[in-house]
Amino acid sequence: MIGEVLQIAWEGVSRNKLRSLLTMLGVIIGVAAVIIMVAVSAGTEATIADRIETLGTNLLFVSQAFSAAGPGARQPGGSSNDLTYDDALAIRSSVKNITGVLVERNSTLAVKAGNVSSDGVTVVGTTIDYPEIRGLTVAQGRFLTQKDLDNTAKVAVLGYSLAQDLFGEENPVGQKITVGTVKLYVMGVMEEKGVVANTDYDARMYVPISLMFEKFTPAMFARFAGNMVNTITVQVENQEVMDGVITQIEILLAKRHDATMEDLPFTVRTQQEIIDTQAATTESFRSLLAWVAAVSLVVGGIGIMNIMLVSVTERTREIGIRQATGATPGDIRWQFLTEALMLSLTGGLLGVVGGVGGSWLFNQLGSMRTVLVPNSILLAFGSAAAVGIFFGFYPANKAAQLDPIEALRHE
Amino acid sequence: MTADAVTDTPETIIEVNEMTKVYKMGDVQVVALDGISLHIRAGEFVAIMGPSGSGKSTLMNILGCLDRPTKGSYCLAGQDISRMNRSQLAHIRGKKIGFIFQSYNLLPQATALQNVLLPMVYRRNGRISQKERQTLARSTLAAVGLTDREKHRPKEMSGGQQQRMAIARALINDPALILADEPTGNLDSRSGKEIMEILHSLHERGRTIVMITHDAENAGHAQRVIHLRDGRVAQESVQSTAIPVEG
Ligand SMILES: Nc1ncnc2c1ncn2[C@@H]1O[C@H](COP(=O)(O)OP(=O)(O)OP(=O)(O)O)[C@@H](O)[C@H]1O
Ligand SMILES: [Mg+2]
Repeated sequence: MIGEVLQIAWEGVSRNKLRSLLTMLGVIIGVAAVIIMVAVSAGTEATIADRIETLGTNLLFVSQAFSAAGPGARQPGGSSNDLTYDDALAIRSSVKNITGVLVERNSTLAVKAGNVSSDGVTVVGTTIDYPEIRGLTVAQGRFLTQKDLDNTAKVAVLGYSLAQDLFGEENPVGQKITVGTVKLYVMGVMEEKGVVANTDYDARMYVPISLMFEKFTPAMFARFAGNMVNTITVQVENQEVMDGVITQIEILLAKRHDATMEDLPFTVRTQQEIIDTQAATTESFRSLLAWVAAVSLVVGGIGIMNIMLVSVTERTREIGIRQATGATPGDIRWQFLTEALMLSLTGGLLGVVGGVGGSWLFNQLGSMRTVLVPNSILLAFGSAAAVGIFFGFYPANKAAQLDPIEALRHE
Repeated sequence: MTADAVTDTPETIIEVNEMTKVYKMGDVQVVALDGISLHIRAGEFVAIMGPSGSGKSTLMNILGCLDRPTKGSYCLAGQDISRMNRSQLAHIRGKKIGFIFQSYNLLPQATALQNVLLPMVYRRNGRISQKERQTLARSTLAAVGLTDREKHRPKEMSGGQQQRMAIARALINDPALILADEPTGNLDSRSGKEIMEILHSLHERGRTIVMITHDAENAGHAQRVIHLRDGRVAQESVQSTAIPVEG
């Protein structure tokens, strides 16, 4: 019986090949879209994770917690909530199992070289182990030295694209630039790095942290901003001691800022947490895409329903003949449901082929990294089947309810 | 397939009592059958005649379990049909009834063999293998003179050939009752004769046949002619010309 049901359904589907194909197109596109979109966002996620890992390994990031009081607010005890350069020095001298500490303080300023100028450049005040800890290399010249820091030297190291913007083909090393109102000498240029976790490493420049404190802190803030920093990055010996180091840092900071461990005004985050945060944004993007694709699947299902309704009308007489020769309403229902399922499953299968092929092609063309997510294939194919049953049921039922005599009289 | 079915006291195959069929069309009611009673025994060949609109097809459709009476009862081979649901009626149609229509009602895309096999697809009891079915269908086609036509589709055949294909389809499940609603109505007289000869020989071999016809010559093949008028039996006549089957 099953063989016969399948054969009859196949005859129904193959009778109108072009129409069946067009009907399936909705499902094909829907399924392929689900698979490709999920693969693209999974690829993006993987890329983010890879990139973040290239920014050094075993890192901890200490930064100001977002609190109602905000930065600069005073604790009742009178101590400051600000993360300071002195905190970094304290961490370096008293926390065990760490291999490096660096600070960052950012400022956005206009930069000029000759008559070329660039507005809104991120100027990063930092310390000498920055390239080593963040996995960056110097392409030309040198990075900042301890002497630069001690002497508050008026020097800068440029990011790759910033150097190109300002100097074009010229060698920037040894040239003079104006940052804000201060004239600096370019000591080096970093190698190309790209955008990682929303930061364009090539468009920034680096200056000694001491110079940042002295020259690039607006006078009116200097009084209480003091030697405040944005982040302290701590490199830990290995993954195993990570938790211990976090606790040490938290205890130290709590003591230095008269806070309890519970309402510490700072957060200490691992690299993995940053990856997870980034991934969370693409994950919500991914489910949005999946929903969009799911809608197209439903549209495909409506297409199937539409064609099945047309088919039931066209084949009313056939239905009558089958009923007259012994087909029960159940037989007729199965026949049309099988047909709808055949359309949606064939469409689903072609969609899987298209989706997997499309993802592969995106990868090959190098335009987009894609990672196939097996669950998305199952989900998409399963949805196609569900769509077939759901949208096939109404037309199949309609066919089953036909009165044999009226069906036989139908022209 | 043999005359064995006919005994000295043939069983009743059709028992219709005070049957009424009313069609409702909005406020208008059409009484197509008006309290009709019928009694047909196994092995009989009965012709139904009557003017257009007298309710012949309506009666036939109910006898063929394609429709249900509004009132009254209908027993087919001892089973009360009037209280059955759609699925049960479908089972009865497949198992006990072979229907021959004026307009053949063949599946246009299916070959002769596929058309003849159709009732077997929906058969629930006594299913036989695909191979046995094909053999049976071929011999049934051969019995109606369509030996070399099994791959032909209805469009590639004459009206007479199509009606013979339909007869083969009606016979394949070995039904207890063969119903024919103006089987020669769409045919020229020569093809019509061929069809009547087939029905005649089926009757000779013990089949029960009820046939609607407008043609007195066709009715001459039947043992009994029932005349309908306004949904009632107007006149009944037993024919001497017909080959007597019962004692
Ligand atoms: N589906 C229907 N709806 C409403 N009225 C119907 C329907 N079918 C038949 N009738 C009416 O019932 C009456 C009997 O119709 P029926 O088809 O049984 O006549 P008939 O004897 O077969 O006629 P003919 O010789 O023309 O085939 C007619 O008045 C017809 O109009
Ligand atoms: Mg009629």
